Amino acid sequence: MQRRDFIASLLTEDPKAKPVSAEQFQNQTLPTHLNLGVANISNYTGAWSDAQVKHLLRRTLFGFNRSDIAFFKSMSMSDAVDYILNVPSSAPNPPVNGYNNANITDPDIPSGQTWVNGPDNNNLTAQRRLSLYSWSMQQVLGPDRHIREKMTVFMHNHFATEVDNVGSPILAYRHHKLLRDNCVGNFKNLVKSVTSDLAMLIYLNGYVNSKTAPDENYARELMELFTLGKSADSQYTEDDVKTAAKVLTGFRINFSTLNGFFDSNAHDTTNKTFSSFFNNTTITGKTGQAGAGETDELINMIFTKEDVVARHVVRQLYRYFVYYVIDSNIETNVIIPLADIFKMNWEIKPVLSTLFKSAHFYDNNNVGCYIKNPLDVYASFIKQCQIQMPVNPVEDVHTSHLLIWQLAAASGMNLGNPPNVSGWPAYYQDPQYHELWLNSDSLPKRIQYVVALMIGVNYATGKKIQADLIAFAKLCSDPSDPNVLIQETIDLFYAMDISTTQKTGLKQSTLLFGQTNDIYWINAWNDHIANPNDSAKKTTVNNGLLLMVKYLLDLAEHQLA
Amino acid sequence: MKRKEFLKHAIPAAMLPFFIDGMRFQAYAATPMLKAIAQASAKNGRVFVLIQLNGGNDGLNTVIPLDQYSTLSAARNNILIPDTKVLKLNGINGTGLHPSMTGLQTLFNNKKLNIVQAVGYPNPSFSHFRATDIWHTASDSNQYINSGWAGRYLEDLYTGFPVGYPSSSDPDPLAISIGYSVSTALMGPNANTGMAITNPSSFYQLVNGTVDPAPNTPAGHELTYVRLILQQTQAYNTTIKAAAQSVSNKATYPSNNTLADQLKIVANLIAGGLKTPIYTVSIGGFDTHSNQVNATGGNETGSHADLWKKVSDAITAFQTDCEQLGVADRVAGMTYSEFGRRIKSNDSRGTDHGAAAPLIVFGTQVNPTIIGNNPNIPSTVSVNDNIPMQYDFRQVYASVLVDWFQTPISTTDSTVLNKHFDTLPIFKQGLGIDVLQVNSQQIQLLQNYPNPFKTITQIDFWTTGGRVQLYLYDHRGQLIQTLLDEERPKGANTYILEGSNLPPGNYYYQLVAGATQLGRPLVKQ
Repeated sequence: MQRRDFIASLLTEDPKAKPVSAEQFQNQTLPTHLNLGVANISNYTGAWSDAQVKHLLRRTLFGFNRSDIAFFKSMSMSDAVDYILNVPSSAPNPPVNGYNNANITDPDIPSGQTWVNGPDNNNLTAQRRLSLYSWSMQQVLGPDRHIREKMTVFMHNHFATEVDNVGSPILAYRHHKLLRDNCVGNFKNLVKSVTSDLAMLIYLNGYVNSKTAPDENYARELMELFTLGKSADSQYTEDDVKTAAKVLTGFRINFSTLNGFFDSNAHDTTNKTFSSFFNNTTITGKTGQAGAGETDELINMIFTKEDVVARHVVRQLYRYFVYYVIDSNIETNVIIPLADIFKMNWEIKPVLSTLFKSAHFYDNNNVGCYIKNPLDVYASFIKQCQIQMPVNPVEDVHTSHLLIWQLAAASGMNLGNPPNVSGWPAYYQDPQYHELWLNSDSLPKRIQYVVALMIGVNYATGKKIQADLIAFAKLCSDPSDPNVLIQETIDLFYAMDISTTQKTGLKQSTLLFGQTNDIYWINAWNDHIANPNDSAKKTTVNNGLLLMVKYLLDLAEHQLA
Repeated sequence: MKRKEFLKHAIPAAMLPFFIDGMRFQAYAATPMLKAIAQASAKNGRVFVLIQLNGGNDGLNTVIPLDQYSTLSAARNNILIPDTKVLKLNGINGTGLHPSMTGLQTLFNNKKLNIVQAVGYPNPSFSHFRATDIWHTASDSNQYINSGWAGRYLEDLYTGFPVGYPSSSDPDPLAISIGYSVSTALMGPNANTGMAITNPSSFYQLVNGTVDPAPNTPAGHELTYVRLILQQTQAYNTTIKAAAQSVSNKATYPSNNTLADQLKIVANLIAGGLKTPIYTVSIGGFDTHSNQVNATGGNETGSHADLWKKVSDAITAFQTDCEQLGVADRVAGMTYSEFGRRIKSNDSRGTDHGAAAPLIVFGTQVNPTIIGNNPNIPSTVSVNDNIPMQYDFRQVYASVLVDWFQTPISTTDSTVLNKHFDTLPIFKQGLGIDVLQVNSQQIQLLQNYPNPFKTITQIDFWTTGGRVQLYLYDHRGQLIQTLLDEERPKGANTYILEGSNLPPGNYYYQLVAGATQLGRPLVKQ
C-alpha cells in the first residue's frame, strides 16, 4: 500500500462503526457511597516508594517507563512534584511538512520545513491538519517528564475547539500553541488571550458578532464553560449572556493575512449593564479602537466572582487528575481550599502543586480508580514497553504518529476535534463521567489496538511500530525468573495487583508453556541469553512474552490508572 | 440552546486500516466451488477437540507393546508396568493400555477409539517449546511458520476473517481455547481465530452474568464496571451464553480433574448448538523426568498413572456426555503431546525427552483400530535411543481435515499443511462421499473401503474424463502393480481391488489423471 492510499484510508469512514450503549452498567447516580479517602490537602507525609511515584506519574504524564520511575524516586515527593510542574518555557518546534509524497508536493514549504508561518494553501488543508494531529502526538509521546502535555490536553478540553471547524490549520496551530504555552500559567490571562484568539473567534462565531445582531455563542460559553460554570452558586442571567455578547462585538479576521483586527463600526458602543449577580456592573460603551478594551473589563468583572470561577475550574482539574466524584466532604475540604489558593492570583501551578503534594492525592482510595482516556492507553503502553517511534525521516515521523492519533480517535478521543465546545463528556457528564470512555465499541478497540502495537503495526509499506518484548523483559530486575517478570510487568502496567491464582495460571500457560515448574522459563530465557543469535530460542522466549503481555492487556485492570 | 454549527465531516471513527504483521490477501488455490462445498460440510456441525498433553507423554508406558516386553523390561525396568496389569484390548494381541486407562480401554472395546502408533516427524526437536511450535504450526523441523495449522484451516474456511465477524450467518466463535491463552495452533495468518475461555469459573461467571468481586473502593467500583463491559463485549458472548444455557451436561464428570472441567464446558457448548468446529483443551505435567512411577506401591502408580487416569476419565465422561446429549456422531477428538520420551528410563524413575509417540483419537466415527505397528525395542538400548516415527503428525492433521472436515485435498495441501500428506484411516470411511458427489468437476481420490481390508476393497475416484492410471505401491514406495490404465468417463468411477494375495502391511495407491496425482494409504490385514 502506498502512503497516499494509507492516508486516504485513514479518512475513509466505516459505516458499520457504531458505538453500542453500555448504559446498563454505567453510574445511574454519582457513587457518593464510596470511601473517597482522607479529604485533606495538607502535605502528604507517608512513604515515597514506587507505588506513590507511579501514582503521581500515571496522573500527570502520558505514560512513563522504568527509568522515569527511578528518576523521580530518587527525589523527595515535593521535589518530584516541583520538577513535573516546572514546564520548560521554550515551546516545542512547530509542525513541519512531513506530508510530501509521490502525489502531493507542497509548492511553498519544502519537506522538513514548518508550514505554520503561512500562507494557508486550500489544497493542503487536509494534509496540514493531519500534520498538526501528528505533531500533537509527537508531543504526547515525547520523552518530556513535565506536566505540559497533560495540561495542554486539559486546556484543549476546557477551551474546546475543533480543528475541522476552525478551518485554517495555521490558526488551529496558533490556538494549540497558545494553550500549550500557558498550560500552567495564569488562568485569567489565558481567558483573555483565548477570547481574542482567532481560532476561537471562528469556532464560536465571535468574528461575525456585530452590533446589529449580536451572536451570543462565545459569551455564553465564556460564562458557562470557561469561567463561572453552572453550579448552584453561578447565578448569572440570560440577560448577562446577551449583554456580554454586546461587549464582545467587533472582532474580525483578515483571512488573507490571518490577522485579527477590531472593526469599531461593528462594535456596540452602548453602555452594558449586568445583573445583580455582577453587582449591576456597567461597562461603559467605547467608540473606536477603545471598544476592544471592553473585553478586558468584562473578564475582570467575571473574575470578581472569584469563588465561583475558582471552584469551577478547580473541580474541572480535580476530575481530570484525581476522580470524578466530588461529595460535600471533598468540596469543603479539597475543592474550596484549592480554590482559595487559585483565586489569590489565578496562577495554576500553586493549585496543582498543593494537590499533587496532598495527603488526599496519595490516599490509597484514589489509586487505580481513574479510567484512562484513549491517549493514556496508547501513550502509556508505548512508553512502558519503550516502543521506539521513528525519529526520521520526517515522512515516517509524520505517518507513524498520525497512526497513534488515529487509534485514539477511533477509540473516542479525537485530539484536535472534541465532540463539541463542552469538551469530552467523560470530564463533564454527570453521573457517568470517566465511565463514558468505555462502551462495547471502544473497549474492544482499546484492547485490540494495544495488542496490535505489541505485535507490530505497519504505518507505511514495510515500516512498523512494534514492541521489542525481549528488550522489555531485560529491563526487569531478573527476567529469568517468571514470577519476577510477571510481577514487575503487573506493577508497571497496573495501579493494582491481581490474585495469586491468576498469576499462577498466567505464568503456567504463557511463560511455562503449559508446564508447572519455573525451570521451563528459566532454561528458555538463559538459553536465549547464551545464544542470542539462535532464532529458534529467541522465538520461544518471545512467544512466551507475547502471550504473557497479551493476557495482561486483556484484563480490566489495564484500563485503570 | 444554540451551541454552534455542527459541521460533521472528515473525521473517521472507524475500523482501522492497520496491518498486523503477517497480514496478506489470500489467493485460494481451490476453486470457489470446492470452497463452497468445504464450507457447507465443515459448517455442518462436525467438531474436533484437540487435547494437548503438555510436557511430552511417555508413549511406551501409555500404549504398551507387550510383544516387546522382554526388551522393554531391559530398557526401563524401574518404570516398567507389570504385564499382568496392562489393560487388554478386544481383538488386539501384543498391545495394551496403561492400567489407569480403564475408561479408554472401554471406549476401544466399544469401537470408539483409534490409536495411531509412533507419530512424529523427521529430525525431531527435543525442546518443549520448539516441538510444540512444530506441532502447532505443522512445520518441518527446520522451518519457522507464524500461523497455526488450525488457524490456517479456519481462516481459509471463514473468508475474510476477522473483518465482519461475528455475523448473522457465522455468529459463533471459529474456535475456542479453554485456558489463559489461545492455543497457537489457532493463530491464523491474519488474526487469531480462537477465543479463550480463561478458566471454568470465568465461563460460569459469563453464563451467570457475574464478574470477579472487587473491593468497595473507587478503584473497585470502576474495575467492576470495566469487567461488566468486558464480559458483555466479548464478541461471542451472547451466542456462548445462549448455547450454555440451552442445555445441561448429562454425564457425571470426575471431580478434581482440570481436563474434565474443560471438556464439560466443551460438551455443553457443542450440545447447546454452537457451530464452533474446533476446541482446544490442555493438561500439563507430562514432563516426567523423575518419579514418573512411585518408589513403592507398584510401577502402575505414580504421576504418569495419575495423569492418564485424569485424561482417560475425562475423555470417557465427555464421550458419555456427548452420546447422552445426542451429539456424539459429530464429535471427535484427539490427544497429542509435543514429543514422546526416551526408550531407556533414567535412574530417578523417569524418562527424558524423546521422539515419536502414540496418539489417541476418540469418537463414534473413528475407525476402531490401531494404525501402525508396535515400536521395535532393540535388545540393547542406549540412553539416546528413540522411537522412530511411523507416521508424520501432519498425516493425522490431513486425515482430520480431509476425512473429518472434508476439506478438499488441494486446500489441505496448499493452504493448511503447505505440502501433501497422505491421510490415515483414522475415521470410518465414507464419511465424506455425500459431499464429494456434488463436486463432479474435480479429480478426487477417495479413501478405499473397507480399510483395513482382508480380501477385497473398493477404491472410488472422480475424474474429469480421459485416460487415468491407478498404481499400488508398498510402504517403501516400490510399485507393486498397475491397477488401471485406461480411458474413464467423467464423474464417479470405481475400482475393486482383489488383494487376498497381498502380504499384510501398509500400502499406498495413486491416481494419475493428466497432470493431477493423488495418493492415499491402504492397509492390508
